[in-house]
Amino acid sequence: MATAESSPGFRSRGTDVGSFPVVVALLVAAAVFLVVGSLRSATFAQLTVQGLALGAVYGSLALALVLVYRATRVINFAQGELAMATTYIAWQLVQWGLSYWEAFFARLGIAFVHGLVLEVVLIRPVLHRSAIAAVIVTVGLFILVDGVVNWLWGGGFRALPPPFGTKIYHIGSVAIARLYVGMIVVVLVSVVLVWVLFRFTKLGLGMRAAALRPAEAALVGVRVDRMLAIGWGLATVLGAVAGLMAAPSQYILDPTLMQPILVYAFAAAVLGGLESPTGAVVGGLIIGVTLNLIVQYVPAITSELQLPFAFAVLIIVLLIKPSGLFGHREVRRV
Amino acid sequence: MRRLPTLASLLGVAGVLAVLPFLLSAYHVSLVAKVGIFFIGVLGLNILTGYTGQISIGHGAFMAIGGYTTAVLSRDHNVNLVVTMLAAFALCFVFGVLVGLPALRFSGVYLALVTFALAVSVPQLPLKWSKFLGGRDGVQTSRTVSHLWLYGAAWTTSAILFVLAWLILRGRIGRAFRAVRDSEIAAVASGVELPLYKTLAFGISAAYAGVAGSLFVLATNGFAAPDEFGVVLSLELLIGAAVAGLGSLWGILAGAAFVGLLPAVSTSVPVIGSEHGRDVVFGAAVIVVMLLLPDGFAGLLAGIRRRLARA
Repeated sequence: MATAESSPGFRSRGTDVGSFPVVVALLVAAAVFLVVGSLRSATFAQLTVQGLALGAVYGSLALALVLVYRATRVINFAQGELAMATTYIAWQLVQWGLSYWEAFFARLGIAFVHGLVLEVVLIRPVLHRSAIAAVIVTVGLFILVDGVVNWLWGGGFRALPPPFGTKIYHIGSVAIARLYVGMIVVVLVSVVLVWVLFRFTKLGLGMRAAALRPAEAALVGVRVDRMLAIGWGLATVLGAVAGLMAAPSQYILDPTLMQPILVYAFAAAVLGGLESPTGAVVGGLIIGVTLNLIVQYVPAITSELQLPFAFAVLIIVLLIKPSGLFGHREVRRV
Repeated sequence: MRRLPTLASLLGVAGVLAVLPFLLSAYHVSLVAKVGIFFIGVLGLNILTGYTGQISIGHGAFMAIGGYTTAVLSRDHNVNLVVTMLAAFALCFVFGVLVGLPALRFSGVYLALVTFALAVSVPQLPLKWSKFLGGRDGVQTSRTVSHLWLYGAAWTTSAILFVLAWLILRGRIGRAFRAVRDSEIAAVASGVELPLYKTLAFGISAAYAGVAGSLFVLATNGFAAPDEFGVVLSLELLIGAAVAGLGSLWGILAGAAFVGLLPAVSTSVPVIGSEHGRDVVFGAAVIVVMLLLPDGFAGLLAGIRRRLARA
């Protein structure tokens, strides 16, 4: 923790250098295992690709949670339900004559405004007033959004048109739906765009500064409030991507679509370390692939035990590394 | 003498609750009984979250364990229902301590998410071990109770557990809890044994939730089913604790009434319709209350008391 000594007065965010190579080595080993397994068995390969696609969805919702958490220290329980509402609004836009992809991009714009407005109107007033008021507001939002969607669009079968067609690729004896490839590509592209925004633009720099050191950022002229609101807007966009990618794989729209996905996204965010965008995406992929393979190959883990199993593993990982795979150990001064 | 107004208002509330069953219809009596059940659950959660500073989004899981304890003991051994409540209390205390042990490694948001995992996982277990725990159909107790029995049991238990909580929190243990909440490092430096008090808070809190779960099962005609104990129940307890106000015993009645009554009352909302109207109204109410009272009803009461003292 050399950084803590060299910069007194700042809370150190230095990486936990000791275990980082171990984590990377384990991830590489896991990737090798997946590739070897996929070369030897067609079923394994198909399950892996499907798992990666689902994992990409978990990862992008997890990334949304991480962005919100980094910006405002709030776990947004409504993130999944907002994404679910997205799929219904997209359906409505398609009904009004837009194509899937027109609705997709229109929806991302709407989602950005939603996130922005939510932060300004509902979260900001309670943010620093009480320990859990802001979290409870998002819980209320969860219930409210659920109720509104059920009220407006509940009941009846509604489906979005397939965004990537229904084509299936055949590579040797392995059959891979184009949908899964599309899901992985779209999520990865949006994640890369977010990374580019944060890493290479002035706006991104401002947002990082506002999240990490609000007081100092304000002193050098960053509009902290505005940055936090944009952070929420961006997170809601990522959630919308997750929702719109998750919906076609289920064929019909369902108000409970995002609830299990939110649970896995939480797990992914925590696994990755809650503050690390990379961690969230990697966490999502790990969870997606692991769950998909485990149910097939370990008979003792039936589908009812999928969730408890996922969390048992998560808790074991956290016991070994309490700040997640990519998290930083916090050094607190008394 | 300073305690006199407090004592008077407590007796007042107790008096009203004693008279209520004679004035209300059977339906409303069972509604108020449900408030009593939430009272116990919210009280338990407040001991952990409000006084010890450990956020739990998983107390529905302890309610499930308590509820299934009652249902299974009654089904298989025909045990007296009050005895099953004691068993639920003891068993959930043990489970609470067990969950508290790994929780020693986690803090803040990580702990919240670990307990959330509990809330999601526990209702899945009856589906796996369906022979013993009834699967999706649930477990039926051998005896069901009348709404008056339930009302009496819920509020008597509430009263006993409230006094117990007050006794625990005012003394040495409560002081240690608050020290842990305010600063763990300072608490350790002053000789508070962190592992002991953190797990103890978890145990007590879970035991309360367990009793609430027992009564909850009795309130649903003695039927313990996985769907009754979903994540929503855990969230309702947390909402109740936040509306009540963390770290105070005086808002709990309001918090319990909020989560116990509002969803039931708001099913008859005009325009929006029945089932979904409940969610719309409840969700909006949660948001509005938090915006107006970030510190819950206890915060409101404290504010009024300060103003009176100044006047």
